Amino acid sequence: MPFNPQAVLIVAAILFVLGLVGVLTRKNIIFILVSVEIMLNAAGLAFVAAGARWGQPDGQVMFLFILAMAASEVSVGLALVMQTHRQHKTLDVQELRELRDKTEEYSSI
Amino acid sequence: MNNLLALIPALPLAGFLILSLTGRHLPKSIIAGIGAGSVSAAALITIFIGMQFLQSPPTGNAYTQTLWQWMQTENFSAGIDLRMDALTLVFVFIITFVGALIHIYSTAFMRHDRDYARFFASMNLFVCSMLLLVMADNLVLMYLGWEGVGLCSFLLIGFWYETPANVAAANKAFYITRIGDTAMAIGLFLLFRELGTLNIPEIMTQAPAHFQPGASNVTWIALLLLAGGMGKSAQLPLQTWLPDAMAGPSPVSALIHAATMVTAGVYLIARMHVVFQLSPVAMAATAAIGAITLFVAGCSAMAQTDIKRILAYSTISQIGYMFLALGVGAWSAGIFHFFTHAFFKALLFLAAGAVIESLHHEHNIFRMGGLKDRMPVVFWTFLAGAAALAALPLISAGFYSKDQILWYAWSAQNGNPMLWLVAIAGALITAFYTTRLMIVVFWGDMKTHIGERPGKAMTIPLMILAVLSIVAGFIEWPHNLVHLSLFSDLVQRYLPETLLQEGHPPEIIFQLVAAAVTLLGVYAGYVLYYKNTSILEQWKASPAMLSLRNFFYKGWGFDDLYDTVFVRPFYFLTRINKSDVFDLLNKGIATTSQRLNEWFSFSQNGSLRWYVVGVLIGIIFVLGLQIWG
Repeated sequence: MPFNPQAVLIVAAILFVLGLVGVLTRKNIIFILVSVEIMLNAAGLAFVAAGARWGQPDGQVMFLFILAMAASEVSVGLALVMQTHRQHKTLDVQELRELRDKTEEYSSI
Repeated sequence: MNNLLALIPALPLAGFLILSLTGRHLPKSIIAGIGAGSVSAAALITIFIGMQFLQSPPTGNAYTQTLWQWMQTENFSAGIDLRMDALTLVFVFIITFVGALIHIYSTAFMRHDRDYARFFASMNLFVCSMLLLVMADNLVLMYLGWEGVGLCSFLLIGFWYETPANVAAANKAFYITRIGDTAMAIGLFLLFRELGTLNIPEIMTQAPAHFQPGASNVTWIALLLLAGGMGKSAQLPLQTWLPDAMAGPSPVSALIHAATMVTAGVYLIARMHVVFQLSPVAMAATAAIGAITLFVAGCSAMAQTDIKRILAYSTISQIGYMFLALGVGAWSAGIFHFFTHAFFKALLFLAAGAVIESLHHEHNIFRMGGLKDRMPVVFWTFLAGAAALAALPLISAGFYSKDQILWYAWSAQNGNPMLWLVAIAGALITAFYTTRLMIVVFWGDMKTHIGERPGKAMTIPLMILAVLSIVAGFIEWPHNLVHLSLFSDLVQRYLPETLLQEGHPPEIIFQLVAAAVTLLGVYAGYVLYYKNTSILEQWKASPAMLSLRNFFYKGWGFDDLYDTVFVRPFYFLTRINKSDVFDLLNKGIATTSQRLNEWFSFSQNGSLRWYVVGVLIGIIFVLGLQIWG
């Protein structure tokens, strides 16, 4: 079967959009993290495809980097999720809105 | 001998430094020791130097001490140089000696105050500044002392700063004397431009050669210096700060009125007498201002009800006599009146302070009364001071100095009968309001219960000052009675002799008239306030007399006048200029950033999705630029 980089890139793009839609629509932080992982893997797949297309090892090297980065990102992210859950008793991003601008609330006090 | 000079201002300065740096942690007894001790030690040194000065006059009739160079430019130099001649000696003696008595009195008077150290620190700095003023060898150093005095008066008038009225009084004193200070500074600039030096002995020798008598440049210099003196000495039209300066504690009033501050103007004119003599216009202006002031202030004193305000107006009036004497060319008489006035005015203020404190801070004389037998020490000392203020013939120091001024107002070189007439009217008024004050406060029924009586630390300075208020005049007798003129012999080592006109009436007539007028004033006060008070009731019933009384009570309405002429237009101008075109720029910047803040803070809503969309739009934008850009 001949190698078709275009088809692989289309798969990668579909994966990326799936992840993006997950990030945008999911309420739970854990699912958002999972969606981010999907997006990262989509990027990795695109790198590998590009490496194979040019016959260079750089794409696979970059995928290994992305794996290592994703692993560390997930460990930090899950630790933050644990803390968030402990403090706010919820993982719903619609309720976790502590960092909004509160000028009006202060001025009304 | 010369080396001791620097100690006189240095001791109060050291007292100020110690008290202001460590005063918070010192017990009151040590604070009192440092505060009163430094000035007392300075007084002892002054007396020692004075004895030497009198016994063996130094060459040039002055001790000098050069401490160090202060500033040096191409053609101008000013040093921290001290100089003690006959005129300075008189002033330094009064400042340190009366100042020491006031400090000793204050140790008891202020004993309940929580800012004990701040009080004595300011008082010491006040004395130090005044000493610098009179001991300075050049006018720049003198100006340093001059401004230091202004600063300390501000600090002490507003000493009880928690009451807004006191702060307003302190500000008023500062602003109004500042008008005079500015005029004086311009005068000094002109003097330097003309002569190229501000060293006092050099000015004294160069001025007569440089200036034409009566030339406009020297007249301007003298008038500007006179304006400076008017500000500090509370002469018309810059007198309005002094009655309000009564907001400070009583010892402060005593210090301002007797030893420091208000006599600075008298000193300045006497010190610069060569310049003034070259300008007949300035001399006439000095005499006229003195005469008008003494009359205006005397009338105001008649209507006051606050014991300290009566004394304040009497000070303005007595300084008016000094200006009058200087203006007519009776230099030594003016300084002699300063000398006696310092004793009796310090005495009157300190005694008034004792009365006020014993009567639970009651200032209104009509709520006092009947204190004659209950506070005998204060009564007898106050009587001695009042006698000197009224210039009772022969037995009071005030008589000897004021009699000289009255006599010279007519007969001295620049004197004329008009000045004498105003001065003699002032003498009548002075005797009248002094009698009124004595009778209302010490005779009649007791209206306020007496609290704590003054202790020894307060009564002993009163007694010393009372004795001096009687005997200080005996060192200078009228020429036709006794040939004794120790004081004028001393000050005429520096000041010129008083020249008399041709063909004036004999001196004895003036003395008899002055004595008669004084006694008439006392009798009028006695009749109106003691013997036949119904006359006063009738006067109070007539609207004309009542409005006259209110006019005098308000000090001839000068405060209202200045309010209408200067303060209100100024406020009006500031109000209409509040939002001018220059403000629009500043305000525009503020409004713009506020609007932008409102817009952008809308985007910071805390929603994670919102942020992700933001990032996404950004990425698409950047990618779009890459692809299609």
